[in-house]
Amino acid sequence: MRILVAMSGGVDSSVAAARLAEEGHDVTGVTLRLWGGESDTGCCSVSDVDDARRVADHLGIDHHVFNFGTDFERNVVQPYVRDHHEGRTPNPCIECNRHLKFDRLLRRALQLGFDAIATGHHARIVGARGRRRIARGVDPRKDQSYVLHMLDQHVLERTLLPIGGSTKEQVRAMATDLGLRTASKPDSQDVCFIKTTEGRVSFLGRRTTLTPGVVVDGAGNELGRVEAVELVTVGQRHGLGLPGGGPPRHALRVDPVSATVTVGAPEDLLVERQTVGPVSWAAEPVSGSLLVQCSAHGRPEPADVAPGPDGTVTVRWRERHRRVAPGQAVVFYEGDEVVGGGPAHPA
Amino acid sequence: MPDVSYLDHAATTPMRPEAVDAMVPWLRDLHGNPSGSHRLARAARRAVDDARDDLADLLGCRPGEIVFTSGGTEADNLAIFGAGVERGVPVCSAVDHHAVLDPVRARGGRVMGVDPSGLIDLDDLERVLRDAAPVGLVSVLLAGNEVGTVQDLDAVRAAVDACAPGALLHTDAVQAFAWTDIATRAAAADLVSITGHKFGGPMGVGALVVREPAAIAPMLLGGGQERDRRSGSTPVPAVVGLAAGARACAEERKATIERVAALRDRLADGLLAAIPGAVETADRAHKVASNCHLCIPGVEAEALLFLLDQEGVCASAASSCASGAAEPSHVLSALGVPPSLAAGSLRLSLGWTTTAADVTRALEVVPPAVARLRS
Repeated sequence: MRILVAMSGGVDSSVAAARLAEEGHDVTGVTLRLWGGESDTGCCSVSDVDDARRVADHLGIDHHVFNFGTDFERNVVQPYVRDHHEGRTPNPCIECNRHLKFDRLLRRALQLGFDAIATGHHARIVGARGRRRIARGVDPRKDQSYVLHMLDQHVLERTLLPIGGSTKEQVRAMATDLGLRTASKPDSQDVCFIKTTEGRVSFLGRRTTLTPGVVVDGAGNELGRVEAVELVTVGQRHGLGLPGGGPPRHALRVDPVSATVTVGAPEDLLVERQTVGPVSWAAEPVSGSLLVQCSAHGRPEPADVAPGPDGTVTVRWRERHRRVAPGQAVVFYEGDEVVGGGPAHPA
Repeated sequence: MPDVSYLDHAATTPMRPEAVDAMVPWLRDLHGNPSGSHRLARAARRAVDDARDDLADLLGCRPGEIVFTSGGTEADNLAIFGAGVERGVPVCSAVDHHAVLDPVRARGGRVMGVDPSGLIDLDDLERVLRDAAPVGLVSVLLAGNEVGTVQDLDAVRAAVDACAPGALLHTDAVQAFAWTDIATRAAAADLVSITGHKFGGPMGVGALVVREPAAIAPMLLGGGQERDRRSGSTPVPAVVGLAAGARACAEERKATIERVAALRDRLADGLLAAIPGAVETADRAHKVASNCHLCIPGVEAEALLFLLDQEGVCASAASSCASGAAEPSHVLSALGVPPSLAAGSLRLSLGWTTTAADVTRALEVVPPAVARLRS
């Protein structure tokens, strides 16, 4: 097969490319340039492009750079800012995977005559044609199935995840055996387009208005103040401007319009159901008893999933569950396999 | 060489054999620092002096007016930073290379507009010169690296003398040397930048002409080489190759231009006829003979270049700087090309080694690649 491998300059995608080349595929590496601004989080930097290129040289495969900066700005950065502005908690990595690393890259790859794309994600693709699904990677600490939950049959049919069946240690060992310069490179983390030294507040402050807000209890009594309601996440306990010493209080609701954060006791966070939508399904919609996961490395909890109105889904928890911050992805699993998922609605 | 049709001469052009031959003895057999006093140093000194004389003849300046640099970017920076803040702010054109634009911006300078062909808008120039007074230096790209427009420096000089008397005129002639006679076309400039690898000399060496009575302050301090204008041991093989390449290029220039212009016309006309909607950028009458620049709607330059590369056609989208990242071209925006059209830009630049077969292959490869990306 002619395969275009997305090489970030990290160890996982380096080994993904190496494996495919070793299997005899016609492999070309590509590094996506997504963010033109400054970054210090080990993603998209010039040195990562250099690492990817040198690994490709080492493997004897061609390497190209595709600049998808405009798409990244439009599909990842702007929605990130808008979500915060509207009181949701975005997951930019999911949007980047959805729009850039899969949709945009696959379209480009097919246009250029490739049969498939590959990435270094820790997840697997299982099942027969027409019923393919994302399944958890074998390394539970590195599993990335959650951030790939939205991939549909068109993408799954034309995507390879060569390292999903390996642990991180195995991946690093293979990189070391092959003499790849990325073998001991640390994993990237955090939001790649926000400098850790700058932080979220300053980044968002340059792109949107941050609204000072009041923190109230369930009865509407003011308990404190926050600098920016847009930066408060449902479930959050610290940084709410509350006097110390009292019982623990968590953000239950954030209303950016009235600039109000409502807080309550930990048990007030618990809900019986959760609405999710719009939902993307791997294949056909699935309902009934499923495992439901609400963060990248959260614990999957049993729940009954039923279709709701307008393409939404209602999750009825077996045991009352901490409410999910609006905008966070809620992902449905059958065993280890992703059947679908989508963003949480406000509780 | 792999079987390719190389149409990226504006990025870099193959070295001329005369340049290689001139360099080889200085790489393999001879050594000696021209600043020294012993016989080997004196021989090196003689080679550098000969090269300087030869180049001065080709550039229409005196030998002492040549400052050897590491290339075009250093020559441009030396012109702009060396001209001195006390003279006033620098001004450049919107189509200038980043090696000029960025130093001008760093010095708090101003940028003037161009017309849709990329020619300096003289009214805008005069307006900027009056607005920004005192102007210390005006920099104008002699031949454009992207679309190939050649400027009329005499007209620019007249405007500068009228509106900002005392300002120096600098021209980045890096792309121009191979395709115009610098001695006449750049005679009006006080400062002229050239670089070896755009005309058949080696990479890593260039020169700035500092025409008296203009003077510049050095950026690099040290041994005081190049009459204190650019310190650093003179790279003898590079300088010798620079002059030999320039001589070979200049001697064949007229014939090369005639031959290449015909190939370029065949290429541009053929592509325009075969690709529906393709638009030639800038008026061909104002361009160097080597430039074929098209904007192709409905195509992403990056994808097109990938397919051309696979078929053995080496081209580029805009300038070939940095990582090759497809940033929107500042030149095309200055020409008023809408972003949707600029997204499909294709620069095919011909050179002294270009053959009819190179053009034929491009004519065979480009239209189907465009059709494929549009399907």
